[in-house]
Amino acid sequence: MKYADEFRDKEIALGLAKTIRTGAHAGRPYRFMEFCGGHTHAISRYGLEDLLPKNVRMIHGPGCPVCVLPAGRIDMAIRLAMRPDIILCVYGDLMRVPGSQGASLLKAKARGADIRMVYSTIHAVRIAEENPAREVVFFAIGFETTTPPTAVMIRMAEKKQLANFSVFCNHVLTPPAMQNILESPDIRNIGRVEIDGFVGPAHVSTIIGTAPYEFFAEEFGRPVVISGFEPLDMMQAILMLVRQVNEHRHEVENQYSRAVTRDGNLRAKEEVSDIFELRDQFEWRGLGQVPYSGLKLKRAYAKYDAEIRFGMNELRVDDNPACECGAILRGVKKPVDCKLFGTVCTPETPMGSCMVSSEGACAAHWTYGRFRDHQQRRAS
Amino acid sequence: MKAYQRKLDIRNGCVDLSHGSGGRAMAQLISGLFHEAFGNEWLARGNDQSAFDVGAGRMVMTTDGYVVSPLFFPGGNIGSLAVHGTVNDIAMAGAKPLYLSASFIIEEGFRFADLKLIAESMGQAARDAGVHIITGDTKVVELGKADGLFISTAGVGIVPDGLDLSAENARVGDRVLISGTLGDHGVAIMSKRQNLAFETEIVSDSAALNDLVARMVEAGGRGIRLMRDPTRGGLAATLNEIARQSDVGFHLQEEAIPVKPGVAAACELLGLDPLHVANEGKLVAIVAPEVAGAVLAAMRAHPLGRDAADIGQAVADDHHFVQMATSFGGGRIVDWLSGEQLPRIC
Repeated sequence: MKYADEFRDKEIALGLAKTIRTGAHAGRPYRFMEFCGGHTHAISRYGLEDLLPKNVRMIHGPGCPVCVLPAGRIDMAIRLAMRPDIILCVYGDLMRVPGSQGASLLKAKARGADIRMVYSTIHAVRIAEENPAREVVFFAIGFETTTPPTAVMIRMAEKKQLANFSVFCNHVLTPPAMQNILESPDIRNIGRVEIDGFVGPAHVSTIIGTAPYEFFAEEFGRPVVISGFEPLDMMQAILMLVRQVNEHRHEVENQYSRAVTRDGNLRAKEEVSDIFELRDQFEWRGLGQVPYSGLKLKRAYAKYDAEIRFGMNELRVDDNPACECGAILRGVKKPVDCKLFGTVCTPETPMGSCMVSSEGACAAHWTYGRFRDHQQRRAS
Repeated sequence: MKAYQRKLDIRNGCVDLSHGSGGRAMAQLISGLFHEAFGNEWLARGNDQSAFDVGAGRMVMTTDGYVVSPLFFPGGNIGSLAVHGTVNDIAMAGAKPLYLSASFIIEEGFRFADLKLIAESMGQAARDAGVHIITGDTKVVELGKADGLFISTAGVGIVPDGLDLSAENARVGDRVLISGTLGDHGVAIMSKRQNLAFETEIVSDSAALNDLVARMVEAGGRGIRLMRDPTRGGLAATLNEIARQSDVGFHLQEEAIPVKPGVAAACELLGLDPLHVANEGKLVAIVAPEVAGAVLAAMRAHPLGRDAADIGQAVADDHHFVQMATSFGGGRIVDWLSGEQLPRIC
């Protein structure tokens, strides 16, 4: 497959693995957090951990938008979707995300809610055009990458003068979450786990560029290497991080230069800032309230804001107290450290955020990597 | 005297509730459309059942339902799929399929022309596979109570002497063979789904595998432990099932698994794993290592096994993991598909 196979070449991978092995000083650990779920998935799917030396450890961050969506927001969507006048349009991977008490959009659909899976925002607009007598709500979710399509959709709705269309906005931002992780007490004060550097987002950075990470790298003294999602991209990014750590540098470097620039996609950023503004805070599953990390529609677009249009009340749901997702997302614990992992919490019946999507740390480990736990147990 | 006053208007007509009511209209639909398409001596006798002779030995029986959407897809339709699927379920026992039944649940308003096309491809698929559809049933339901057409089938076949293929038979050291490229059917269906439509040259692999199986049994005899057709859930589900039932694990080589570039690209785009995508004309065979070479050669000599490959082996593993060495050089699990990848693909 052109433009993909080139970045999955085994020989080059083994060469990079060797360079990483010789470059990483045996005496010290290298703990890198890959922020994005796409990176987590690539690590697991291609078995990258097998190619890294023991002292280079990857910590799976919170960059899976489905995973970090709090259960209360799902409950809000379910409550809305149960109204007979509503058609709720969602991306497919949201369907199984657990709300409170085992509820999900999939189960709501089985009970009669009109919930449609869509693959693009344009499809949601089309559904609104085809159903003028119904209210069509798009469940908008995602990081900076999926926000521009939502903005475009609102523009389209405006142009087509669609009166029956609105958006339940759950868009979140990457840099505030990265900052939140490093500022959390168990990282900063207790110092149980150090994060020596970050593999920065791929697709998110195509939109926002590399500049937003510069303050972060400087302030926290941690290197950030923006990396593509292909396995060779990741190997190269890890090597770049190892080198920065060795040389005591903490810069923003761009491995994904074939798609990412310093300033990002100006047109997309403009569209987003025209239509959206920051929320004071937004809840992340596993991280709690994170200041200035979520977006809502500006007042001028309030008629497209489903939360205002339907008077949706904010619902709060506490996570299962035994669930370790928060600690796993911050790299303090591993999936196997959680009592729920693989017992009551599996991809079929996820309890916590990390098990929800295949990009979550727990689901990726369960789906692709759990054989290693048994190998380790046997070896010890 | 003519049996019916007016012929079925195949070109413009459609099924209405009278065609399921047991009256003259139903009789006309059955004789004018289904008997015509399936044409055989058993149906011609017009009984509510068909009698046939059985030889000595063991028989197999299977049943299956077909609810695929869309009804027509690149490489086939619900009719050919129903015959292939049923024949393959019988063939996976190493058996020779003989007779099928077919029951049709039709939504009112369904076009005769489409029904005729579907029935004709069933008849053709049956003739090609050397089986006969010898009994059937027709029901019509109100508009909105079924998605056009559902078909359910049953089939019987006869097992060669001494052969006992079963899912608990895999042994440590056995080889895993597959008959060709993975994921073709699932991707062909997805490419035609409303809201998902994309352009691809991939057609469904829907095919009857009984002849391929017969050649494999000739070559491998009792060295063939078991066979499965990896339909819904793909190769991943099939191997995980076998691992559990046989109390073994599997080690696969990703590089050895054939996937068409178009299928790989579509999966990449949709975020799917080809190992989870459905097939309708492929089989997995677990065979003793000493016959693996001969069975693989027999497969490759058959048109439906041209791309056959040896993709790995059964290993001792209490956890029944299906592990794979990735073509990138790492290792990973090939797990069951979680949740629903795409409903109604067969």
